[in-house]
Amino acid sequence: MDYFAQQLINGLVLGSIYGLIAIGYTMVYGIVGMINFAHGDIFMIGGFIALISFLVLVSFGLTAVPVILLLVLLVSMAITALYGWTVERIAYRPLRHSFRLAPMLSAIGMSFVLSNFSQVAQGARVKPVPPIITGGYMLHEGAGGFVVQLSNVQIVVVLTTVVLLAIFTWLVARTRLGRDMRACEQDQTMAALLGVDVDRTISMTFVIGAALAAVAGMMYLLYYGLVDFFMGFVAGIKAFTAAVLGGIGSLPGAMLGGLAIGLIETLWSAYFSVEYKDVAAFSILIVVLIFLPTGLLGRPEVEKV
Amino acid sequence: MTATAPERTAVRSAGGTPFILKKAFLSAFVALILFSLMVGIRTEAGPSGQLIYWTRFGELASLVAAVFGGSIVVELLRQWIGPDGAAALVPQPVQRMTAAAGRLVAPLLLIFTLLVPVIFYDQRYILDLAILVLTYVMLGWGLNVVVGLAGLLDLGYVAFYAVGAYSYALLATNFGLSFWVCLPLAGILAAFWGMLLGFPVLRLRGDYLAIVTLAFGEIIRLVIINWQSLTGGPNGVSGIPRPTLFGIPLTPGGDGLAAKLGIEFSPTHRIVFLFYVILAMALLTNWVTIRLRRLPIGRAWEALREDEVACRALGINTTTTKLTAFATGAMFGGLAGAFFATRQGFISPESFTFQESALVLAIVVLGGMGSQLGVALAALAMIGGFELFRGLEQYRMLVFGMAMVLLMIWRPRGLIGHRAPTVYLKQAQAISSDLVKEGHG
Repeated sequence: MDYFAQQLINGLVLGSIYGLIAIGYTMVYGIVGMINFAHGDIFMIGGFIALISFLVLVSFGLTAVPVILLLVLLVSMAITALYGWTVERIAYRPLRHSFRLAPMLSAIGMSFVLSNFSQVAQGARVKPVPPIITGGYMLHEGAGGFVVQLSNVQIVVVLTTVVLLAIFTWLVARTRLGRDMRACEQDQTMAALLGVDVDRTISMTFVIGAALAAVAGMMYLLYYGLVDFFMGFVAGIKAFTAAVLGGIGSLPGAMLGGLAIGLIETLWSAYFSVEYKDVAAFSILIVVLIFLPTGLLGRPEVEKV
Repeated sequence: MTATAPERTAVRSAGGTPFILKKAFLSAFVALILFSLMVGIRTEAGPSGQLIYWTRFGELASLVAAVFGGSIVVELLRQWIGPDGAAALVPQPVQRMTAAAGRLVAPLLLIFTLLVPVIFYDQRYILDLAILVLTYVMLGWGLNVVVGLAGLLDLGYVAFYAVGAYSYALLATNFGLSFWVCLPLAGILAAFWGMLLGFPVLRLRGDYLAIVTLAFGEIIRLVIINWQSLTGGPNGVSGIPRPTLFGIPLTPGGDGLAAKLGIEFSPTHRIVFLFYVILAMALLTNWVTIRLRRLPIGRAWEALREDEVACRALGINTTTTKLTAFATGAMFGGLAGAFFATRQGFISPESFTFQESALVLAIVVLGGMGSQLGVALAALAMIGGFELFRGLEQYRMLVFGMAMVLLMIWRPRGLIGHRAPTVYLKQAQAISSDLVKEGHG
């Protein structure tokens, strides 16, 4: 039971990271109707920028951990958001009205560009960082001496996710930009006729999605203590699975799906085999798409002729 | 599309030096921020495991300068060519002449290919490269059935290549079966896996289909890596037997082909033999595809590609149509895989990554979806291009990704041209399908 509780905590933390990436997929799919294949690599870039800005800040002599974390968060969100904007501008905007396979292939190309750019710029080896946030709480000590722990890193990851989700929900529900986004999701032509700047709204969608992916990248760095140029591919597919599981296009669905995938993956590793955890995640994707093509919270898709 | 017309003229009239400079400065500024940390600062794990970093501001500055200059060049080119594209630059007679020459390309290319081992007999490197190109031509033609004809975006094609390669490798090393027995078996097994993948994805369309096929390809690769007792895991399978000429091995020994024919043994014999084997297999793929395209099933594929809903309304069974497309494509992938295994003599999961799938897909798309000649030329260009970049190993995939993006922007329907449906009900659509989203016009 204690072992299960510990795995539950670990799974929820991993799930929040996946959820943050999944929001980027779901938002873009909701508005543009395409899978932003390069989103996983944007997450990876976010992790790298967090790593580098952390190194630079520490070498400047900063020691207060909360200040460092906040600065790293802001820098990586800002720069990664610009990556999201650039990717949309270069690879997707010219293809807005092209035939349907074109944006997908361009996105695959962009994914290669981003991951290989970071390999060329920063090297292929895994970059480890020492634990930045240490310590934690002992929740329960079981009979066999097994301890259920909640580390400070886990608290930071979950808290950051919750706070950002609150800000993000407010953004979509209450602001002008959020209203424009929802309008574009309903009907782009109509929104354009009513004075919504569709291009700008789509750009902002990519910017916000990339910023959230940067947070996920930074949380990944804090939690696992490493980044490498290839981590975006697998994490991206898992986050996409989360978005599909939750019902692509639905924001609460993305978070729910993220938590579900995080839990499934952690529990699978804990009780079955670590080697096959990715196989399990990919199989879930296939099964979900067969039996729940619209996901847990998704709307049925109307087939247009 | 009419709404974009005034916009285009606006872009054209908004020329002038200040406009170009403003744009270039903006691009350079964006580049400066993007590259500031990723290029300007290099991190590496130091000797004690601690991360160290050093600055590379020189590289950063030159990159930003390159973006600035590139932006000016691109903008000038855009204003010079104008919105009509490059087609207007080529005069009409020249266009007509290239069209006439185009009809000669396929037979000439075939004759040249047949003669390659004769011309380049002494150049082992060129023969090896030619075999590699032909393997990709075959893979491209196989995937062309799925993507080009049936319009089903398959991102996991390399899975069938892997199934074929491992089928042959395991059958040959464990049971001692010969290449010619295993070849059809590998094809059948791969086709079976194609059907297996086909069933769950029948109801999916477009992007979802692409992601599921990608996941499927990754599952196959991960199972190969982890199922060590069967596949040897990351170490792969080695000692795969070489193919024989109907039982006669191409070895220096007494029962080898050279000894039987009474000629002097040379390792080149085997290479030439392999060359003709893959050439025959590729031509078989091409022949079968062309024949199938004229049958009802091939027309159903093309109809499916153009409009699935209309297809169903006309009473075409989309289930069988999709399944046959997957199975046919997978079978050719499997055959190519078996050839790959016998040529290499060693296979490991590293040869079957997503990058490989993307490369074959890029060949199909670059060639123009559905165009047989286009795919062959694209394979030549791609693999040849890859060879040119061999010295710049780490930049190769970067350039490949950029090329893919630029190509999609420039010619989304392929570089060399694409195949329009074989038959039309009454007449061709007034508007080319290049210009519209889902083939409606």
